[in-house]
Amino acid sequence: MAARNPIYGLLAEFETPTEVVEAAKKTHAAGYKKIDAYSPFPIEELSEAIGFHHNNVALVVLCGGIIGCLTGYLMQYWIATISYPVNVGGRPFHSWPSFIIVTFELTILFSVLSAVFGMLALNGLPMPHHPVFNVPRFELASKDKFFLIVFSSDPKYNAGDTRAFLEGLRPVSISEVPS
Amino acid sequence: MTPVEQLELEEKVSRAPVIEPGHSFATISDKISSVVLTRPLSIGWLLGLSVAGTFVMVLTTAIAYLFLKGVGIWGINIPIGWGFAIVNFVWWIGIGHAGTLISAILLLLRQSWRNSINRFAEAMTLFAVACAGMFPVLHMGRPWLAYWLFPYPNTMNYWPQFRSPLVWDVFAVSTYATTSLLFWFVGLIPDLGTLRDRAKNLWIKRVYGLLAMGWRGSARHWSRYETAYLLLAGLATPLVLSVHTVVSFDFAVGIVPGWHTTIFPPYFVAGAIYSGFAMVLILAIPIRKIYGLEDFITERHLENSAKVMLATGLIVAYGYVIEMFMGWYSGNRYDSFLLWNRLHGPYSFFYDMLWLCNIFIPQLLWIRKFRRNPILLFMISAVVLVGMWLERFIIVVVSLQRDFLNSSWGMYYPTRWDWAVFLGTLGFFTFCMFLFLRLLPSISMFEMSTLLPESKVKE
Repeated sequence: MAARNPIYGLLAEFETPTEVVEAAKKTHAAGYKKIDAYSPFPIEELSEAIGFHHNNVALVVLCGGIIGCLTGYLMQYWIATISYPVNVGGRPFHSWPSFIIVTFELTILFSVLSAVFGMLALNGLPMPHHPVFNVPRFELASKDKFFLIVFSSDPKYNAGDTRAFLEGLRPVSISEVPS
Repeated sequence: MTPVEQLELEEKVSRAPVIEPGHSFATISDKISSVVLTRPLSIGWLLGLSVAGTFVMVLTTAIAYLFLKGVGIWGINIPIGWGFAIVNFVWWIGIGHAGTLISAILLLLRQSWRNSINRFAEAMTLFAVACAGMFPVLHMGRPWLAYWLFPYPNTMNYWPQFRSPLVWDVFAVSTYATTSLLFWFVGLIPDLGTLRDRAKNLWIKRVYGLLAMGWRGSARHWSRYETAYLLLAGLATPLVLSVHTVVSFDFAVGIVPGWHTTIFPPYFVAGAIYSGFAMVLILAIPIRKIYGLEDFITERHLENSAKVMLATGLIVAYGYVIEMFMGWYSGNRYDSFLLWNRLHGPYSFFYDMLWLCNIFIPQLLWIRKFRRNPILLFMISAVVLVGMWLERFIIVVVSLQRDFLNSSWGMYYPTRWDWAVFLGTLGFFTFCMFLFLRLLPSISMFEMSTLLPESKVKE
């Protein structure tokens, strides 16, 4: 195992959404691929700028929905026709129109559960500790400041050069993030 | 049209803005988080919490006595077996619907004015559904066996009857409760992160930190978050329409005159949203005043909510008119008698009041001056809530009271324990709202920030 880099990355702070998106685009264009950005509210352009174009949440939800739909219908089919058939007013055991509602509800339930827990799992949450929290100014990332980080695991990362490059983007400040 | 252009356009046509001018990202989060973090405990809040808490104790007492004696302490009997429990169940769950409508449907319709009222409307949904959920369980007679409603392998080799609307209701309401809770919590995560970063006290920081689960606002996280949030809205929209539809099936699938009608699903859903918006206004008007949030919950919000009430109220009016028309036009003697019984029977006073509260008085909302007057709006909303409660009373009680056979007619009189449980749930709801206002940000900080023109990236 390679020795762990004592530095997790270099964190640059910006004042406005426009500046951080501009900086992220330039950093990505300069060949840094392992980068991330932090903002107090969602900025659609920002994830594009760091080269994150697709997420898999919708796929997870689709799978959850299909599983929920099948679970709902098959459960009712099995109960009503195989395990516990009850004759209600001479209706067929497999009275499918009555099964639609519970099928629908379980489709929604499974989709919702997979949307919430899928999103959290893909984001690697819960994870209350993270190196960026070690930077005191980072607490402004949830208020009114915007941050860009170049991770030290990036192949192009070099403490001196990367800092010089980030300085060129004219951030408010640059901090080293200890890992 | 981009949101910024829309804001500019709105200024030109001089509508009240969705957020008062002069705010920045910092002032939004300062103002909203200060309610939770720095505002000292006020006498008014403690007093309100204690009054609500007293009613919570009334509720627990009433439930304890119910468990001891059984449902005989209520006024229910044959022929009216449903009584207050089901009236209140339908009323509470209807109130919840406005929260989901605001948070999900208005999000999909890009109505950005919703951003300041969605958080507490969702909380309202959650607490209203909790109140609603109590009633069918308490009404069961043996509430400790409530888990029998769910399909699980058991030693009795028994399974629920999936052809019954009452079983559909179990699935609809429990899915709705779960979805409302998760939707609300997902919306809270970024704001919990903000509270964690702003709290000065170590323990408060830890509690919010634990709840925020390490949210750090990463662009990758936001991207997944936004997708998930949008999908949740898309899923909650058909869900909320289905919930009250299924509740109406509890009645419409039965053959009792006054229940067995196809108009029930749309008219129940409209009624639900009607009463829900009334509750939103009842809560929003004092909250914005007491916590100084008039900059975020502006006249525009009150006016829009009033317009939604007016529109859904008219759908409800259409439902009433059609019920009357069908009572006459069907030529069915039981349906005609039901109409006569509503108009002239022993509960006719309540039917007249229903028309007054739900249909006539709310027509005042056509006048713009009234829609912009918070005090008047508050009073009209209270009237609508009473009216919607009466509607469920008429549907449940008057329909069962005199059905096909004269020999099985009867009357229903609620007892003090019926009232105790009902007032108790009102107290429980208020108690939860009081706690919510002080412990969690009642307006979404990150969504409010996106309303500011500076949040947009300039090319």
